[in-house]
Order: sequence, then structure tokens, then C-alpha cells
Amino acid sequence: MAGAKEIRSKIASIKSTQKITAAMEMVAASKMRKAQDRMHASRPYAEKMLQVIRHLAKASPEYRHSFMSAQREVKRVGYIIVSSDRGLCGGLNSNLFRTLLHDIKLQRAEGIESTFCTIGNKALGFFKRFGGTVEAQVAHLGDKPHIEDLIGTVKVMLNAFEKGEIDAIYIAYNEFVNTMTQRPTLRQLVPLQAEDNAPTGPIWDYIYEPDARVVLDNLLQRYIESLVYQAVVENGACEQAARMVAMKAASDNAGGLIDELQLVYNKARQAAITQELSEIVSGAAAV
Amino acid sequence: MPMTVHVDIVSAEGAIHSGLASMVYAPGEMGELGIAARHSPLITRLKPGDVRVETENGEMQHFYVSGGMLEVQPDVVTVLADTAIRAENIDEAKALEAKRRAEDALAGQTAELEYAKAQAELAEAIAQLRAIEKLRKMRSA
Repeated sequence: MAGAKEIRSKIASIKSTQKITAAMEMVAASKMRKAQDRMHASRPYAEKMLQVIRHLAKASPEYRHSFMSAQREVKRVGYIIVSSDRGLCGGLNSNLFRTLLHDIKLQRAEGIESTFCTIGNKALGFFKRFGGTVEAQVAHLGDKPHIEDLIGTVKVMLNAFEKGEIDAIYIAYNEFVNTMTQRPTLRQLVPLQAEDNAPTGPIWDYIYEPDARVVLDNLLQRYIESLVYQAVVENGACEQAARMVAMKAASDNAGGLIDELQLVYNKARQAAITQELSEIVSGAAAV
Repeated sequence: MPMTVHVDIVSAEGAIHSGLASMVYAPGEMGELGIAARHSPLITRLKPGDVRVETENGEMQHFYVSGGMLEVQPDVVTVLADTAIRAENIDEAKALEAKRRAEDALAGQTAELEYAKAQAELAEAIAQLRAIEKLRKMRSA
């Protein structure tokens, strides 16, 4: 019967696809572990920096940086969008973009415009289709992103903020909850959200070398960069986790498909044999 | 009991060192700094160079930093080390490059590297060499 051979080749092709997805699943699992380690490794730096910045806020410095000042009237916001470079990671990127679009729509309803910076290929591709002003972009960060590659993109946004072209900066990335769950997150970077600003204990100030202004500028810039870096690393861990889950589902589906096809194939083969037998028998009876 | 101060050296990509020290030396922007316990609060930028940590038993540990920030509290010294080479003009160049990348990507072209970056890499290489030389001298002495 003609069907049998076709089914057999279909099964073979699905089997090789399954091998690929199973391999990708394993690769993603090992990369995820490394990405998670990187995520944890980046925390002490940001925590230390936050400590220092809190100290500064408490130390009643003579100079207030624009990043720390209260929110001015918002006319235009900047978004830094962290996405993956590659696909095949389930709904990771599209969920993020959906959350983002929702927010943009809300802002637009209030007459607030938006500007974008993209990190990763997928976000860039999205804005190519969606339209919108992409001020800066960086892609192909690889599995080990370096803060060095992010400086430019962040700087573009910070410059725009300082010049007053944008009045707030948000970052959109996926938060790593656990292997099964990645939560699209939108967070305000600048101006820094006021925390417990009430001075506690005796008030003191640092000795600044060379002066408070330079030191604070540098510190805040680094702090923002470290937050962006953390988002990138976290998104990387999310990407691997999402890919692992997606590939596992794909492998399982391929297995199900093969089982079904195998059944159809067996039936077809059996039908062919039966037909042949009946032909022989009827041929013999005719003699 | 000798007076000690807690030292943390962290970079954005991971923690580098954490422990007690009797003295910390760091290449501050305005000159080399030596910090003992109970130093008054200070905050400064670091130049590329060698951060030395003298432990309680007089052992000297060296860490190379390519710049960063130094925060001093009476009982804790924090070095926030940069993992990248920094300078105002390089940051600016990088910003421009990121902008151009966006323009090129939207237009469908590729970008190239900058002169300022090469210059800064050279400055860093020299600082690195100097740190290594210092280490060698220490070893041979």
C-alpha cells in the first residue's frame, strides 16, 4: 500500500526533530543553571551600591542629582526593553511585548509619548514591525553579557533624561520566578523611587574626592547600569528556562505524534497484508 | 587585638573578595589612598590599578581593578569595581555607537569600532602592566 512508506518517512523526520528538541532542552537546562548563577553573582554589587546611595540620601548631601529628585511632569517616557536574541523560547518575548504595549496604550491615553531602547534582537524586530522611535539598540550579547556592552545604550537614555527629552525611564524585562514561571515586569529606573528617606540616627556626610557632584554622578550612573545589567542577566535566565520548558513540550508532542503515526502505519501495513492474502486466495480459487 | 576593617570588593558581574584587613591601599583619583580601621567616611573614584589588602597576619593580597568607586565607613571598606574601561569620552562614544547601531539596524546595515575605545584599552593595558611589575618586585624582594 502506498501510505505505508510515506508514513514511515514521516515518522523518521519527526524522530529527528525530536532528537533536536531533546538536545536543545538539555542545552537550555545547563545554560539556565549558569545564567542563574550569574543572576545571583550580580546581586551583591547592586545591593552594596544601594546601601551607599541610601547613605548618601541620609547624609543630606549638598548636591541633589536629577535622578534622585522628585518626579517632574511626565510628557515623554523612555523604555529600555530587554529581550532575547533568539526565538524558540515559548511566549517569553511576546508576553513581555504585550505587557509593554498595554502600558504604552495607557500612557498614550494620557498624552504621554514614548521612546525606546532595545536590548536583544527580538525587541528590535518587534519595533521594526510595530513602529516607534528606537533611539539605541544592542544585540548579540551572548550567554555571558558584559556590562561594557550595555553602557552605550543606557547612556543614550540617561543623556536624554538629563536633557529633559524624556521625563522617566522604565525597564521592561522578564522576572525569573522559577523554572516554570517568568513574569513580564515593568519597572521605573529613573527618577529613583523614593524609599525611606527619613534620616535615622546622627546625620553625617562623606568626604568626597574630588567633589560630591562627580562622585554622585558616577555612582548613580553605575547604579542604573547595574540594574540594567541585572535585568539582562535575569532575562537571560528566563530565556533559558522558557526554552527548556518549550523544548520539553515539543519533545513530548513529537513523542505523541510518533505514537499516533506508528498506529496508523501498523494499520496500513496490516491492511496491505490482508489485501495481498485475499488476492492470493481469490486467485487460487479462480484456478 | 589589632584593629581591623571589613573589606568587600564587588563587581557587577560577581563578588571578588570579602574579608578582614588591617590596611587597604587603593588608587584613588586624587592619589593613592591608605585606609586603616576607623577611617572617616569617604567616597571617591578609583583609577585603573592595584587594590592591595593587608590582612591581619601581614599578608598582602592584590586585586586589579580597571576603575570603580571606593566607599569607606569606619568599619567597612567597599570597592565597587568596574568590569569595563570607563572614561567620559568612551561612554559618550559608546552611546553614539548604540545610537548608530539602532539607526543601522533599522536601515539594515552593520557598524564598526571607535578610536577612543582603542586609546582607553591601551591606557588600561599600561595600568595592568604596572600592577604586574609591582607584583614582581614584591615577589623578588
